[in-house]
Amino acid sequence: MRAYSALLRLLPASFRHEYADEMLALHARRRRDAQGPLASLALWAGAVLDVAACAARVHLDILRQDLRYVGRSLGRAKGFALTVVAVTALGVGATTAAFSVTDHVLLRPLPFPDAGRLVQLWQTQRDDGSMRVELSPANFRDWRSRSTSFEALGAFHRGGSANLVGDGPPERLSTATVTADVLALVGVRPLLGRPFAADDDREGAPGTLLLSYGLWQQRFGGESSVVGRKLLLDDVPYQVIGVMPRGFHFPRRETQVWLPMRFEAGDFERRDDLYLETVGRLRPGVSEDAALAELTLVTAQLEQQYPRENKGVGASVMRLRDQLSQQSRLLLLALFGAALGLLLIACTNLASLLLARAVERRRELAVRTALGAGRERLARQLMTESLLLAATGGVLGVALAFAALPLVVRLVPNALPIGEAPPVDLRVLAFAALMTLVTAIGFGLAPLLRGFGNETAAGLREGARAGAGRERLRSALVMAEVTLAVVLLVSSGLLIRALLRVQSIDPGFDPAGVVTLRTTLPMPKYRAPDARAGFYAAVLGEVRRLPGVTAAGYISHLPMVMTGGIWTIEAEGRPTQPGDPRTASLRYVTPGYFAALRIPIVAGRDVSESDTAGALQAAVVSQAFVDRYWPGENPIGRRFRFGLLGGEEIAAPRPFQDRTIVGVVGNVKVRGLERRSEPQVYLPNRQQPEDAMGWYTPQDLAVRHAGDASALVPALRRIVARVDATLAVADVRTLEAIVDTQTAPRRVQVRVLAGFAALAVLLAGVGIHGLVAFTVASRAREIGVRRALGARTSDIARLVLGQGARLAVAGVGLGLVVAYAAGQGLQALLAGVSPRDVSTFAAAAFVAGLTAFAGCLLPAWRAVRVDPARVMRVE
Amino acid sequence: MLPRAEVDALLPLPLATFHILLALADGDRHGYAILREVERRTGGELKLSAGTLYRSIQRMQEDGLILERRERPAPELDDERRRYYQITPLGAAAARAEAARLHTLVRMARAKGLAPERA
Repeated sequence: MRAYSALLRLLPASFRHEYADEMLALHARRRRDAQGPLASLALWAGAVLDVAACAARVHLDILRQDLRYVGRSLGRAKGFALTVVAVTALGVGATTAAFSVTDHVLLRPLPFPDAGRLVQLWQTQRDDGSMRVELSPANFRDWRSRSTSFEALGAFHRGGSANLVGDGPPERLSTATVTADVLALVGVRPLLGRPFAADDDREGAPGTLLLSYGLWQQRFGGESSVVGRKLLLDDVPYQVIGVMPRGFHFPRRETQVWLPMRFEAGDFERRDDLYLETVGRLRPGVSEDAALAELTLVTAQLEQQYPRENKGVGASVMRLRDQLSQQSRLLLLALFGAALGLLLIACTNLASLLLARAVERRRELAVRTALGAGRERLARQLMTESLLLAATGGVLGVALAFAALPLVVRLVPNALPIGEAPPVDLRVLAFAALMTLVTAIGFGLAPLLRGFGNETAAGLREGARAGAGRERLRSALVMAEVTLAVVLLVSSGLLIRALLRVQSIDPGFDPAGVVTLRTTLPMPKYRAPDARAGFYAAVLGEVRRLPGVTAAGYISHLPMVMTGGIWTIEAEGRPTQPGDPRTASLRYVTPGYFAALRIPIVAGRDVSESDTAGALQAAVVSQAFVDRYWPGENPIGRRFRFGLLGGEEIAAPRPFQDRTIVGVVGNVKVRGLERRSEPQVYLPNRQQPEDAMGWYTPQDLAVRHAGDASALVPALRRIVARVDATLAVADVRTLEAIVDTQTAPRRVQVRVLAGFAALAVLLAGVGIHGLVAFTVASRAREIGVRRALGARTSDIARLVLGQGARLAVAGVGLGLVVAYAAGQGLQALLAGVSPRDVSTFAAAAFVAGLTAFAGCLLPAWRAVRVDPARVMRVE
Repeated sequence: MLPRAEVDALLPLPLATFHILLALADGDRHGYAILREVERRTGGELKLSAGTLYRSIQRMQEDGLILERRERPAPELDDERRRYYQITPLGAAAARAEAARLHTLVRMARAKGLAPERA
């Protein structure tokens, strides 16, 4: 009988209350009638099915009734319903959007099979443990042959580009070079054609390449006949051997073409030529730590064998998933935290709203209780109401999250081999549903716990005031809202200050009014220095004649676009101590480049057309270069050269010849606004050797102009096409846009966080208004009596404003303390702005206080206008 | 007289409801007695389950077809736990209307030779 009794618990309590005894009695009789084990088995099976079916139907009946009832009662309170739905939508939308990005970047496994075993390997320098650098081909070869922890090790180079000519307009493609094993060990097979084989890596093998899905679709119309076709990349023939599947982004999101990585015998000669990134797949059961221990042994052996080049070289093993800067991680966590805070405020506000509604409905609920509605039925009805409102808000919230995607995708760092847009799938929707449920329970439960119960009699008494306990709860909720709003205000304020500080950093050039574009000269066509010089002279000559153009010049790589190209320097007569920084970034420039960027020439002269191969080997250096080697001396005429680690003599190709300083220019933030940059060295373009340094061939054109950039660009394209019709014009953008990319993640982050903060302030204001207005309404009689007894207007106003002020002061005080802690956590994002910045804290407190005051104004005005005579008459 | 519209809104009656009304037509009964009566009258063909019975009773009470009777039979005949149900005038009208509806259907079937002539 106990089993049947338990079964009956499936039924709603109201039904059980009414009929459970009868059903039990009936079951007991049936059991007495049942003869034999088979009959009683059948009886039980029947009973289970019967009760389950009955329970489902009765529950459905109740739900239908409740929905009808809730629909009617919400129809009478449209403002309430709309507020609840809108607030829920905001909370769920914000958290869902933030979650989708955080999940995409931080949590989800990379889109490769068994991605947990994929690691990236780096070389480390013992004296500087935090510094991870790429491997040299020789070290890569030895690590691979001497370690056993990996199923496979592959090397790749992420950032290349090449001109595709023929089959339509010339186009600049992003390429990546990979050893044959890389794609196989990552575990992704081509959609079409074949992957790279070991033969493709062989020196002298015919060129082969794989296309990305995007390029295949966009340039080749998705035709499968593309496999086997010959393409010209930088004038070198390649055969298309396959197409990678959609959503394959390795090593970069932009990669459009994969080329095999080939080593020539000479590549293995120098162990300090560090440019290979290395990816490995751990053998099953081998941990990162075990692999690191083995590699540490390998590097110790190599250090013994090659003490000079491999001195202090160690290894680092990181999961591919974790290749993400601390800043990106913190940024996402901060946003997710802010979104959760907003949801919390939303819940608090909703709970407060529902508490107020529960008080307003006390009489209704009390009457219904008196008429015999069970407490459980009422609770169920209220819960149905909360869930219905929350579900509506949740659906709207998901729509909001979708709408916000274009904004939040810019928070996805491109250091990871993942797509740009977070997938919106069951996982994200499940999260949204969970948040909705949390909201519904969060705000629906509070009134249930406190809303009604043993107060039936009290509720029936006309004009009964809300219980003091409930008012305290609402006050606490509103105070929590103010606290959270202050935390969000301070955090976004600090980040805004950080953004302003970064934006005000002088990049060392004037980005306004400069258009840039890239024309990469293909080899071998432009191998001869004269051919290159002819091209620059023709293009720059025509460009400078364009109306409005004031200066133009070419450089190897624009600052902030390419941040590498770093060489070691030996200055004549300045022996350096081990550990001294003696690196500089190297670029070739044409005359006019400094003028185009308005980089000031501090001393000496610009490079000139007369700096030819046979002339004095000249160099223009930055002020920081001078300060490092010849502080306080006249640098013009001083000599230095590009040395090599260890400082050995080499058969010197020309870039390594002694250079004489002919000019000094201002410092440029080559590595970006927020990073320290090496001193700069600029060499005249005509002194670039014929057979070396091809990667430094000037390719970025900068044009300073007065007037409309959109009119200028077509003219520039026409000029390039006239000089060389096969040349692709790529990356057309303003210098300002380039500088802006430096602060783009910050700006998105600030915009999102400031949006959250604004919403939080608004909600807190609404919360205060709701509470104070409610108090005024329920104390109207008391206020009327006070007026009648001679209280002045200012007394009444003080009474009302005092309540708001107490809440605001408590909330702001607590908020400032919590914000201080939050600011400490954000320090890495603050670009040097102090997390104790007084003005930010003061501004946040002021805004929160003002909001609280604004929230109280309307209720205060109402309270002042209470007419004692009328209030008394109602009694 | 009961408004016709109110009765019509209830038609057609679910099978269990109709049988319960029939069982109550000749006197008040408690739940188990209703079951036995239905079973007896249909020769054991229709066996109502507990869930079906009480869910039907609940809805019939809500619709006003039956009432739970306040006064009980003589104490020595009564079992504390039992509740007795009584058909209401609306219930009787609904049963009649349902019977008429079925009768019309049978007549139409008979006209087409699909039902036996009166036995």
